[in-house]
Amino acid sequence: MKRFAQLIQQLELSNKTNDKIAALVNYFNYADDKDKVWVIALFTGKKPKRPIKSALLKYWAIEITQTPEWLFSESYSNVGDLSETIALLLPPAENTSDFQLHKWIENLHELEGKDDETKKEFILNAWNTLETNERFIFNKLISGNFRIGVSNKMLVNALAKQSSLDSAQIMHSIMGKWNPYEITFNELINGIHVNTDNSWPYPFCLAYALENEPETLGSISEWQAEWKWDGIRGQIVKRNGELFIWSRGEELVTEQFPELHFLIDILPDGVVLDGEILAVQNKQVLSFSTLQQRLNRKTINKKQLEDAPIGFFVYDILEYETNDFREQPLSERRKILVQLIGGLNESPVILSPVINCKSWEELAELRLTSRSINSEGIMLKKLSSPYHSGRKRGDWWKWKINPYTVDAVMIYAQKGSGRRANFFTDYTFAVRDGENLVTIAKAYSGLTDKEIKEVNSFVTRNAIEKFGPVRTVKPELVFEIAFEGIAQSKRHKAGLALRFPRILRWRKDKKADEINTLEDLRQLLKSTL
Amino acid sequence: MALIEFTKKGIYCKQGDFYIDPWWPVNYAVTTHGHSDHVRFGNKYYLCHTLTKPIIKRRISEDLNVETLDYGESIVRNGVNISFFPAGHIIGSAQVRLEYKGEICVVSGDYKIEDDGISTAFEPVKCHSFVSESTFGLPVYKWQKQDIVFDKIKSWVSDNITQQKTSILIAYSLGKAQRLIKNLTGNIPIYVHNSIANLNEVIINAGVNLPETIRITPEITKDELQKGIVIVPPVMRDSRWIKNLSHPVTGICSGWMQVRAHRRWQSADAGFALSDHADWTGLMDAITATGAEKVYVTHGFTAAFSRFLNDNGIESAEVTTKFGQEDDEENKVDLAEQNETK
Repeated sequence: MKRFAQLIQQLELSNKTNDKIAALVNYFNYADDKDKVWVIALFTGKKPKRPIKSALLKYWAIEITQTPEWLFSESYSNVGDLSETIALLLPPAENTSDFQLHKWIENLHELEGKDDETKKEFILNAWNTLETNERFIFNKLISGNFRIGVSNKMLVNALAKQSSLDSAQIMHSIMGKWNPYEITFNELINGIHVNTDNSWPYPFCLAYALENEPETLGSISEWQAEWKWDGIRGQIVKRNGELFIWSRGEELVTEQFPELHFLIDILPDGVVLDGEILAVQNKQVLSFSTLQQRLNRKTINKKQLEDAPIGFFVYDILEYETNDFREQPLSERRKILVQLIGGLNESPVILSPVINCKSWEELAELRLTSRSINSEGIMLKKLSSPYHSGRKRGDWWKWKINPYTVDAVMIYAQKGSGRRANFFTDYTFAVRDGENLVTIAKAYSGLTDKEIKEVNSFVTRNAIEKFGPVRTVKPELVFEIAFEGIAQSKRHKAGLALRFPRILRWRKDKKADEINTLEDLRQLLKSTL
Repeated sequence: MALIEFTKKGIYCKQGDFYIDPWWPVNYAVTTHGHSDHVRFGNKYYLCHTLTKPIIKRRISEDLNVETLDYGESIVRNGVNISFFPAGHIIGSAQVRLEYKGEICVVSGDYKIEDDGISTAFEPVKCHSFVSESTFGLPVYKWQKQDIVFDKIKSWVSDNITQQKTSILIAYSLGKAQRLIKNLTGNIPIYVHNSIANLNEVIINAGVNLPETIRITPEITKDELQKGIVIVPPVMRDSRWIKNLSHPVTGICSGWMQVRAHRRWQSADAGFALSDHADWTGLMDAITATGAEKVYVTHGFTAAFSRFLNDNGIESAEVTTKFGQEDDEENKVDLAEQNETK
């Protein structure tokens, strides 16, 4: 338990991925095997069943510390976490224990179905043998989630580093079905419970942004044009009767998208499809913000399925009849794809349409309508091209439409990292809302070094307040902010959030009273929904 | 009639015609300790502890008119007997005891109960009314013994040294810095920022026994610093100088580090719950020991702490003061200085 408590602390204190991975690797090197299995379970959302309600924990803590309820609430609002508040309120432990993490979990498991008196005795005893930070973990095991910023991907990378096994294989293993009470660590990471050969994805082929006019690419007849969709790039793998959905982040997301599970009966074995996971209704693509409601959830309820139905727009086929098909020219792959997918008319799996145009001018004209169908522009793929691994210049281009823009004023500045560590390079921007300024975005790229120096000197001269590394500055500098989309957001004061905001240019010609208003953005939001 | 009243300028004793830690200029300012939220520029006369005198002269101005008292000593002003008792907060910090016609009031300033080895240890003083801070006046703030915390800091430092990282502790120049120096001294050299070295000089000249430290100068190599302990004031935290050290890792020593949310917000590499203020238990013990009939609660969790005292049979009132804003003050001053030098 001590080791695990220490791991949690290390993970919480660092916001550098490398430090977090190092802490995880170190943990997996030395921890008990059974504990390791539970750590993987906890971090991937396989929580043990709660044997005790958290209201009871609070009640018992209040009772033994004789804290008035209102004072408990005051404390809770300062600490911000129930498990931690209880851990801090309790008097120092009188006994010690060397129980390991898995032992505590097993003991808690055994409490299920017992009466409240038995549970209370166990909990009070436990509290009296654990140090404050262990108590916090213990309470979390019963009542909460570990929100410590460890993604599945990070966990898998750490496991791969520690075990020298392939990370895709480990990802498949831990995303599969397993019982943490029974499986051993070695069985788990070696994927004894799953056939990892079945799930194998291919590296995605990625495109560069088109820098010149499309005419420079030669005749349009050598190219296939498609809409560029704004969703989650995904790969669907069907082998030996099993179906897997991978996201571009190399995460296995099969469980998140039940709408696509019917493919297990439709697709022949030995097929791998490349495409885009999108929010889709009546064959129309919905906004990215709708899709977002479905992302990174450990469970999905009926309402979410109804509010944000998803679909898969298929781009390409990488494996067919168990053969690696990537060296075939795009034109051939497309033919097979049409045969295979073209018939799925009423399903959420849709062949991403090819745009047929006679000339570049015609295509350029069409491109301007991208937004009306929630597309972000056009993809150009050479008909003779193979399916490359990763990003390669020449065969695939993305030709995106111009972003949305808004004029906003800078109100906070923070120093950057790396080469820009000495300068204020990370800015927070606000728009007007009546008399007030309300923040809408944080952005850090898009200025030249010379401009950065200029802004930096403004910040040092006009800092009003300091909060840690952040400076509040006089709202004076106006910037044009480009962004790709806009979504409702309860987390932001403005009630909306911009997607991919970045600085387009410094509007030295504008004053702070000429910036956009929150109402302008609300209008835009309405028009995209 | 009460011995003290809370006015716009600060805590005022009408019978004696003087203020305690006023925040606007007055004729006669009794000063509990040298932190900037308790002692300001512009008073005609200052009365403070002997050790506080050179500190405030250094920090505010050499020209201050300062009278001093040792702990246990007293003077009479307009019939009010003023005496000082150790507050245990920082070097020279004093509780101010006022006595007039048998009525006793104690203004404690900032205080902590645990003996930190460098500030004279807190002494409870019997009184009728007591003015207490409440910086950590919630029951979730209960400190571990300082030996345990210092063991943690020491093992953090030695781990850093083996991993080729440079250990940087963030601490106020006055108070926390000396406490760290006193308790961390050993085989590992301690390097201190100029502002700390300057105050150390003052304190050593005043006769305090402070372990040896090394003032950071451009001649000291990164390699040397990596093998030592570096102590700098909060304003240096995000400085280029720190970023340029070899694998710098920062540790914050503050009572707020008790709580995860505060630790994360600070984005330091390590947080150690080490405070110069009394914790919940300390506040309660101190108040009980005074036997006071009336307790005035100033800066901190005033509402909650005062309500708890009232519910437990100790008459209490919240008082709004300008204490507890030291961090902001120091930062603003330093910010201004930085701007000037650029």
